[in-house]
Amino acid sequence: MATIDLTLKIWRQNSPRDKGRFETLAARGISTDMSFLEMLDVVNEQLTLDGREPICFDHDCREGICGMCGAVINGRPHGPQRGTTLCQLHMRHFADGDTLAIEPFRARAFKVVKDLVVDRSALDKVMVAGGYIAANTGSAPEANATPIAAATAELAMDAAACIGCGACVAACPNASAMLFVGAKVSHLGLLPQGRPEAARRVLAMVREADRQGFGNCTNVTECEVECPKEISIANIARMNREFLKAAIASRER
Amino acid sequence: MSWLVGTFGTAIGKKLFMSVTGLCFCLFLVGHLAGNTLLLSGADAFNAYAAKLQSLGALLRIMEAGLIFFAVVHVGTGLYLFYQNLQARPVRYRVNASGGGQTLGSATMPYTGVLILAFLLFHLVQFTFVDKGDAGVYALVAAAFAQPFYVGLYILAMAVVGVHVSHGFWSAFQTLGMNHDKYFGLLRMGSVVFAVVLAAGFAFLPVFVGWVA
Ligand code: FES
Repeated sequence: MATIDLTLKIWRQNSPRDKGRFETLAARGISTDMSFLEMLDVVNEQLTLDGREPICFDHDCREGICGMCGAVINGRPHGPQRGTTLCQLHMRHFADGDTLAIEPFRARAFKVVKDLVVDRSALDKVMVAGGYIAANTGSAPEANATPIAAATAELAMDAAACIGCGACVAACPNASAMLFVGAKVSHLGLLPQGRPEAARRVLAMVREADRQGFGNCTNVTECEVECPKEISIANIARMNREFLKAAIASRER
Repeated sequence: MSWLVGTFGTAIGKKLFMSVTGLCFCLFLVGHLAGNTLLLSGADAFNAYAAKLQSLGALLRIMEAGLIFFAVVHVGTGLYLFYQNLQARPVRYRVNASGGGQTLGSATMPYTGVLILAFLLFHLVQFTFVDKGDAGVYALVAAAFAQPFYVGLYILAMAVVGVHVSHGFWSAFQTLGMNHDKYFGLLRMGSVVFAVVLAAGFAFLPVFVGWVA
């Protein structure tokens, strides 16, 4: 089993109001088969044994599907590996002796709760504003009654791969959430079941994102590169299109 | 009324202003460059072109007013977006790195924009809001570009314009929702080609005029 030693410059912040600072910690004998979060677990065990406060970080599934984990490693959200969440990032991608700067996702809309834990409920607020469809109760409709082209279903599925982790916001120089909003608008709006609310949805979600204090998209495309689910900026263009259509041609205000 | 604010006051609405005015400036630059190539044909041709433009009278004034209005909208909205985007991340990262998405153009838009504004004001004072005398505008241009300092300044300014347009052009289409699998690569590349042709075309003129004079 190969092991590496690392130096961590890790962000420590006691509360949302605390100013925060970097703390330098040694991570020794880290197996290269570990995930990044497992490496942090090892560091935390040592900190606990030493009677010090362990590093707080978010996680849940640890298999890249829930969107809970995430931190910025040497300036890159979820680390340097493309299409990978932090929990799926393995330590073999780092070299013995590396120094890693580990910071929380930073945006006005994402308050730091403690250390690497940020409050991403702003994204939930955007979902509440319009991220739903109306489905009638009663007997289930015949599955083949609404034909959907395979290519359209694929596009919707690609957009639905968004796990809402917030890496797009973290990566964006403007802290804009447009890749997230674009993915949700696309995922619901591409399918016939999502069309009835399409105009209202795009207006409400875009306005809510503004209200939450996210920045404005300037098409820098860092989001697309850092997204662990590799969501395309074509979804942002689709949202822009839907927005223009909804604002000018629909009866929604 | 409120739907207007709720449309054009949003992140996407403000970008629509940037996009539409920006594309108009791209069109203007093409026209300006086409007209200026008459510098290559010498003093008579260029002065005749200037006279022809002036003879448009009211039409020219309307176009000028339109350009000024668009500039105010583009610069004003741009500065507001820049301010808002700074606000959106009050605590900056200590370590910054790019995953490879940003380009020279996209990373510097507000700065190149302000530089272009400064150059534009200088350019207007130098060649537009000035008494051209009897010698005509060609003489004015030739006198300026006989000095290597002005040639260098214009070449630098055109490089900045090129960098700005290389991102602005495709970005305007993206903002308008025009992103298509088949044309996207072409648009991104075309944007850079367009910027280079524009900048090189404009930058060549002072060199040529200075060399002839
Ligand atoms: S912990 Fe669930 S995606 Fe990383």
